[in-house]
Formats: sequence, structure tokens, C-alpha cells
Amino acid sequence: MTMIFGVPMAVFMGQLTLGLVNGAFYALLSLGLAVIFGLLKIVNFAHGAQYMLGAFAALLAFNYLGINYWLALVLVPLTVGGLSMLIERFLLRRIAHLDHLYGLLLTFGLALIFEGTLINFFGVSGARYATPEILQGGLNLGFMFLPTYRAWVLVAALAMCLFTWFMIERTRLGAYLRAGTENSQLMQAFGVNVPLLITLTYGFGVGLAAFAGVLAAPLYPVSPTMGSSLLIVVFAVVVIGGMGSILGAILTGLGMGVIEGLTKVYYPEAANTVIFLVMILVLMLRPAGLFGKEA
Amino acid sequence: MSDSTTLSAPRVVAKRKRRAGQRRALLYAALLALGLVAPFLAYPVFLMKILCFALFACAFNLLLGYAGLLSFGHAAFLATGGYVTGYLLASYPGLTPELGILAGTLCATLLGALFGVLSIRRQGIYFAMVTLALAQLMFFFFIQAPFTGGEDGLHGVPRGELFGIISLRNHLSMYYVVFAIFVLGFALIQRTVHSPFGQVLKAIRENEPRAISLGYNVDAYKLVAFVLSAALAGLAGSTKTIVFQLASLTDAHWHMSGEVILMTLLGGVGTLLGPIAGAGLVVSLQHLLAQSPMGNWVSVILGAIFVVCVLSFRSGIVGELTALYRKNFK
Repeated sequence: MTMIFGVPMAVFMGQLTLGLVNGAFYALLSLGLAVIFGLLKIVNFAHGAQYMLGAFAALLAFNYLGINYWLALVLVPLTVGGLSMLIERFLLRRIAHLDHLYGLLLTFGLALIFEGTLINFFGVSGARYATPEILQGGLNLGFMFLPTYRAWVLVAALAMCLFTWFMIERTRLGAYLRAGTENSQLMQAFGVNVPLLITLTYGFGVGLAAFAGVLAAPLYPVSPTMGSSLLIVVFAVVVIGGMGSILGAILTGLGMGVIEGLTKVYYPEAANTVIFLVMILVLMLRPAGLFGKEA
Repeated sequence: MSDSTTLSAPRVVAKRKRRAGQRRALLYAALLALGLVAPFLAYPVFLMKILCFALFACAFNLLLGYAGLLSFGHAAFLATGGYVTGYLLASYPGLTPELGILAGTLCATLLGALFGVLSIRRQGIYFAMVTLALAQLMFFFFIQAPFTGGEDGLHGVPRGELFGIISLRNHLSMYYVVFAIFVLGFALIQRTVHSPFGQVLKAIRENEPRAISLGYNVDAYKLVAFVLSAALAGLAGSTKTIVFQLASLTDAHWHMSGEVILMTLLGGVGTLLGPIAGAGLVVSLQHLLAQSPMGNWVSVILGAIFVVCVLSFRSGIVGELTALYRKNFK
């Protein structure tokens, strides 16, 4: 068997794929955070909870309404994103003129409410969501066994990242969003409906989280606490990459996933903490973050 | 204000200041007296829990309320103090509790210096995220480290004898030790806030670029405030471990960092007494809910209080009361 640095090739490639899949989730979530932060200037602490709501919505829709995976992949982000627009309209907008730390605290409270409510109804143990039939099994690539679903997650997440990049960098709506990020008052003076743009942006960012949640449902146990621990890692990823650049967020997310996966191969004890250690290193060497502009 | 016509303006101001000082001294004296008789009116262990969390919240408030830094990782200091004290007292039977507390506080202080140096490199929202991530790092460390008992935590930490003479197994003597520690911690914070150092902190909170342009070494001030806050949080954790004779992962979890924010916000950010009121209220609420059929809804209710506080109760209990008092009695 081929060995890479003393580890069987299949194990190495397996962990590398796992790392890439995790990295795809980091990328999707940090992208959503960055989009929201750009215009609203708040860190959406409910992001992890909304990712979890996406997974739960897919599970419940399948169990009670018979909505299949593919339909859920479209409907759930729209529903969760749409409902979260109400949060922006009726809660976040009321504190938009205050110090942005209040937005962090408000969304933290929301995260506690979402998580606590679902724990009461479903417990913390987690439920399984069946992988759709087409995506079951795997491909034997000769040097490794690639589970189809993991390959699909990677493709879908990257496609969604590219779609977001295209929307923001290449469309008129995206141009509004970028202009609003620079100076929303001036935008409003030009006659753009900035409050509506803000509501849509929040909905879109949360929709990305819910999309990630549906993708994650067949992969990890669907439990109310699946989002919060992930979100803290995503925060570290955001600190490492900075929230200034979309491609930066995607690259940092994938890169951190790979580093985490490789750590699992060579030094499993540090797998949980390696991203935080990278964050410390980045803070020491490049305090503004890899792609950040501000200190 | 009939006498103001007969007095010159500076003397009136001086007189008002003196009166405000007298009123404050009176308030502190009344609270001190209340603290001294409290264990005869309520269950001492419950009161000690409130005092430990009040000290924790006061330490947190020093950073948020007076330096404007929102730390989302204060659980790390509470837990470090708790684990170090718990481990030392449980493994070295000859060690007296005050030395255990001292060691725990010292470790939390060192950790605070480390976290502080790293996190003050970023501002605002990033500062909050960095502290949260560092605290999560400590959480994983506590799970894996050999001396913390992992998921089970440390149990049966002996209370021992203070200075080798006074047994703390009695709840009443334990209470007065905790009360003394709290009063010392609070006095230190009160002194810090009203010192020239505290004034510079407030200047940084209000307008950091201006403080820099006035020639203050802003980072050094922030770091000292951070380390002081971490040390007091560690002191609260060490004391809590001795009172309850256990140290567990609950103290290191990010929920704990959130709870201390809630206590401070509910009581009043940037007021000296606010965190005490907030801690008392949150601990009492948790205590009441735990015994009621609503016990499973604690985190939902805390979350709802968070939302309500941010939306319409931002000055907190003490802040609102002070405003009410100023409006009606001035």
C-alpha cells in the first residue's frame, strides 16, 4: 500500500476529503456571516442556530410532510431565510442605530431561544436523516474510496459559494450591496431602498446557513446543539480570514478544513483545537487577518 | 435651590459633590450591613453562589462597562481559577484554602495576560470573536488535560481550614470568608474605576482615536484592564470551587460567558452595583426555575431576557433606577 509520511494513502485521502467537506461548511457559514456583516455591521450569533434550523427543517419536512431531500434543498433555505427577514425587520432594525455589539447580544439571545426550544422537543441526542438514494454508496478511485454524498456536498457547497460570489461581484443587486457596504447613507440618497436591501441581505446570509444545514443533515446527527460548537470554529475562521473578501472567506474556510483533517491524521489530540491555534498564530503575525483590511 | 443665590457656583458644586459622596457612603454602609446579616435571613450556600457570580459579573463589567471591551470568553478565567484551586486542594491535603485561592487567581491572571495580548490586537466585534475562540480552546484543553477529571470534573474538593485555624466546613464561617473576598474585590474595582487609570479607560471607551491622539498608550491601558478583570474572574472561580467543593466543565462552557454578559446587561452595564443586582436576579431565577416544571426552559427564558434587555432595557436595573432617582429627587 502506498504510504504518505508514514500513513496509508487511503487513510490520508479519506481524512483529506473529510477535511475538505468540513471546510466547505466553514466556507458557506463564514461567507453568510461576511455578507451579513458587510451591510448590517453585526456579527450574526444566531448563524449556528439557523444552520441547525436548516437541518431540522429538512428532517421534519421529510418525516411529517414527505418532502424529499432535493425539494428541501430549495425550500428550506427560502423558508428559514424568509422567516429570518422578520427578525431583521422587527428586531435588528430597531437597534441598528446603536453600537453594533448590541446586534451580537440580540442574536446571541435568539440563538439561546432556538437551541433551548428544540432541545425541549427533541433532546440533544440527535436524529438521523437518510441519504438520498442516488447519493448513497461511493466511488472507488483506485487510490481511495470516495463516498458519493461527500463528493456531492463538496460540489454543491462550492457551487453555492461561486453563485454567491457571482451575485455579489457581477450583478446589479450585488453592486448595490457592495456600494451599501461602503456607504449606505449615500446609497439611500441616490434613491436605493436601503432598508429593503438590508432585509434581503440578512435573509440571504441566513439562507446560506440553512442551505449548509440541509447539506449537513445526512452527514452528521441532526441535533439542536450541532450549530453552536460549529459556529465558534467559524468565528475563528472569520478572524483568520477577515470578513473583507468573499473569495478570502471561501479559501480560508476550505484551507482550515484541510488543516483540521490533516491534523486528525498526524496528531489527533489537537484536531479540535488546531484552528484556534492557527488563529493565535495569525493574530501574532498578521493581526488584520489573512485577507482583512482593518486592524 | 434657594441657598444657591447666596453661595458662589464652585462652592455649590463642591457641596453637591460632598452630598453625593455622603449618600454613596451611606448606601455602601447599608449594603455592607445587609451582607453581614444576610446569612441569618437566607440560606448561606445560595447567598455564596450569588456573591461568587456577583464578583464574576463585576469583573466582567470592569472590562465592558468601563473599557468598552466585550469579552465573550470570561468563562475561561472562571474555570481556570476553579480547576487550579480544586486540583491543588484535592491533591495536597496540607494546603490551606487561601493559598489555593491565591494559586487559582494567579493562574487566571497569567492566562488573562496571554489572552489580553492576543485579543486586544483586534477591535470591536473581532475582539468578541477572538475571546470566544480562545475560551473554546481552553474548554477543549480542560476536557483533555489530565488534572481536570474530564467530563466528570473535580468532586469532593476539601474546604479545609482558613490559615490552618478556622474550619470552613461550617456554612456560616464559609459565608463570611466569601463575603470578605467579595468586598475586597468590589473595593478594588470601585477604586480602579474612580482612579485616574479608570478615567483614561472611560476616555478610551468613548473615543479611542482621541485617547491615542492625547498621547495615551491605549493598548497598555486595555491590557491592564483585561488582566485585572481576568484576575478577579479567576478569584470568583477559585472561591466558587471551595464553596461548592467541585469544579466542572459547565464553568468553562461558552454558555457561562453568555450568562455573565446577561447578568451585567440586566443589572446595568457601566454601573458599579448593576452586576451585583443582575447576578442576584439571574441566580435566583435559575434557582426558582430549576425547582419548577419550567426547569427545562431556563436557556430559552435567559435568551428571551437577553432579547428584551437589548431591545428596550439597555441601561439595566441600576441604570434605570439611577435615572428615575435623578429625575424625581434632584
